[in-house]
Amino acid sequence: MISFKLTEEQEQIRKLARSFAEKEIIPIAAEYDEKEEIPWHIVEKAHALGLMNRTVPVEYGGQGLDHVTDAIVAEELAYGCLGISGALGANGLALAPILIAGTPEQKEKFLKPFCAKPQLAAFCLTEPNAGSDVASISTTAVRDGDYYVINGRKCFITNGGIASLYTVFATVDKSKGLKGITAFIVPGDTPGISMGRKEKKMGDRASHVAEVIFEDVRVPKENVLWSEGQGFKIAMMTLDRTRPIVGAAAVGVARRALEEAIKYSKQRVQFGKPICENQAIQFMLADMATKVETARLLVWYACWLLDQGLPVSKIGAMAKMYAADVAMSVTVDAVQIFGGYGYMRDYPVEKLMRDAKILQIYEGTNQIQRIVIARNLLA
Amino acid sequence: MKIVVLPKQTFDTEAKITLDAAGKINREGVNLIMNPYDEFAVEEALRLKEKHGGEVTVVSFGGPKVPDILRQALAMGADKAVHVGDEGLEEIDEHTTATILAKLLRDLEYDLILAGWRAIDDGSAQVAGRVAEILGLPMVNMVIKLDIAEGKAVASREIEGGYEVVEVPLPAVITAQKGLNEPRYPTMKGIMQAKKKPMQKLTIADLGLGGEEVAPKVRARRYYLPSPRSQGKIITGEPAEAAAELVRLLREEAKVV
Ligand SMILES: Cc1cc2nc3c(=O)[nH]c(=O)nc-3n(C[C@H](O)[C@H](O)[C@H](O)COP(=O)(O)OP(=O)(O)OC[C@H]3O[C@@H](n4cnc5c(N)ncnc54)[C@H](O)[C@@H]3O)c2cc1C
Ligand SMILES: Cc1cc2nc3c(=O)[nH]c(=O)nc-3n(C[C@H](O)[C@H](O)[C@H](O)COP(=O)(O)OP(=O)(O)OC[C@H]3O[C@@H](n4cnc5c(N)ncnc54)[C@H](O)[C@@H]3O)c2cc1C
Repeated sequence: MISFKLTEEQEQIRKLARSFAEKEIIPIAAEYDEKEEIPWHIVEKAHALGLMNRTVPVEYGGQGLDHVTDAIVAEELAYGCLGISGALGANGLALAPILIAGTPEQKEKFLKPFCAKPQLAAFCLTEPNAGSDVASISTTAVRDGDYYVINGRKCFITNGGIASLYTVFATVDKSKGLKGITAFIVPGDTPGISMGRKEKKMGDRASHVAEVIFEDVRVPKENVLWSEGQGFKIAMMTLDRTRPIVGAAAVGVARRALEEAIKYSKQRVQFGKPICENQAIQFMLADMATKVETARLLVWYACWLLDQGLPVSKIGAMAKMYAADVAMSVTVDAVQIFGGYGYMRDYPVEKLMRDAKILQIYEGTNQIQRIVIARNLLA
Repeated sequence: MKIVVLPKQTFDTEAKITLDAAGKINREGVNLIMNPYDEFAVEEALRLKEKHGGEVTVVSFGGPKVPDILRQALAMGADKAVHVGDEGLEEIDEHTTATILAKLLRDLEYDLILAGWRAIDDGSAQVAGRVAEILGLPMVNMVIKLDIAEGKAVASREIEGGYEVVEVPLPAVITAQKGLNEPRYPTMKGIMQAKKKPMQKLTIADLGLGGEEVAPKVRARRYYLPSPRSQGKIITGEPAEAAAELVRLLREEAKVV
């Protein structure tokens, strides 16, 4: 009943993503990390090959991948560079509310033209005073005839200000708390949307994160997802769906760090022998490898649950949290194995360590994942 | 235009070669890929199809994993594939492979046959030439530029100190050299469509071959690995003296100058 054998298509897709990471992403990753820019030519190439909008159904111009296969791709791309894989994958988060709650008309109208071109989308939930505490959002949507008028400020938004399509969470009635939160589809060219501050990040630097300011942004009422007050539910369902993929990216970062550490430990000679001949190093590598493998198992299990339509909230939170913690500890260990060289930007592992940190923070901090897990355990 | 490409499955370029207990090359757990020169051939076939229309068929002879590379070619854009299995053949050589491929090609329609100029594993560079010989076709080797017009192929090849441009009537056999093109990635869509494209599986018996006809004429007697690289030598001292010492060692110890 349990099988880890990939299908022929999954093998071919993994090979495609792996060679794309090796030939296209890795050679430029350090440069774009330094420049803190999205490599647009990579976005264009990835789009042409079908490495973007991967879980959007084929009928709406996506690739129609199941979540296990999406995880395979996400791991390979993040192996190349977490920031670039994030730039390519952020559409997955931003479009998920439409996939979950969109009507066939909304999907046809918004997903199809969006997916036809190399474009970026953004998911606008977080605000300066509402991070983990989503219920505190204060961006408002006020009904005006056939329109809603959105006002407010979102922060830390991946692709913020440069996206062609936004999914925006705003409250129609602050006094209603969670029950006031409503989700909207907002085209990027709607008047009143502007980019605020572009963030300077520790890692994940080839992706673009900025504030998005909404000033009297008029959105037709047809752009509401489900109905007024359903936004919180949609946001939670979205995160349930995308967290395992954050986990998959974490596995990619960790696996890269492990492989770099193995290679280096065989080459580096101290005390007359390669450092990998010391048991101290061997035990570190053994622990790192075990973490990578176990993290992938949890990620694939969560993705399998998603594909089966089974409840994923608890296992998905575990997969994201565990894989992110693994990425953090494995990259720290890789820097250690590289010694002084590991601390230098000429070697790849310090970037991996900087990149890994974000995995414990975005799409719900690891503390929030533990809250989700515990809530499931105690329910 | 009907094009047939003859890709071979080889070890990954980074595969670690080891010998098994019987002294044969160990295939266990080795990552297998499409021979890189054959990727150029597949790419060229697809470009010609895009330019002139037609159909690309990929044909490969070999073991049970060969469908992987055929599927890769289908995902890149080839139209159909034929796999001739190597069941029942203990040993093969270039004669075996060429005899089998040529026999199959007699039943196919083609204007052009493309292959890599050599396989990166055994490096014999014989199969395409032998196929051309058996079928009585003109052949151009190691091509870096190819144009097809009015039933003719005009091919450029690198020769010592320059280039040669040759013309042959079609059908012809052309082998690809690095530089001919940059092979495309199979797209996600291509990968999904590949499984719906026809892939025929044949045995040698299906081709009416067997016995002496396909028995190898050349037998490998022994394989051995290069002796491990010995420790390098560092010559210390003043540059001028060190250089003199290097020359002495190259002459007297290494005997290379
Ligand atoms: C690079 C990057 C990209 C991002 N992209 C997006 C995006 O595209 N769209 C979007 O909407 N958001 C995005 N975010 C925002 C991200 O999701 C939030 O940063 C995250 O949810 C945490 O919110 P916060 O930063 O406000 O931290 P806070 O919520 O202030 O948390 C601070 C600390 O307190 C802890 N904490 C908070 N509440 C509790 C509790 N109840 N119990 C225990 N500990 C608690 C947290 O775990 C954390 O350690 C991005 C952030 C970054 C850094
Ligand atoms: C920012 C910075 C500033 C520095 N400043 C100075 C300075 O001012 N002056 C100076 O002289 N040096 C300086 N250094 C060098 C620093 O002291 C060395 O980097 C450090 O001693 C480690 O040596 P290494 O980098 O060659 O790593 P290596 O010795 O190659 O070690 C690599 C890894 O192998 C492990 N290892 C090595 N041998 C063994 C063993 N026998 N058993 C188990 N594990 C082993 C190490 O613990 C490490 O994890 C600096 C380094 C940095 C990064």
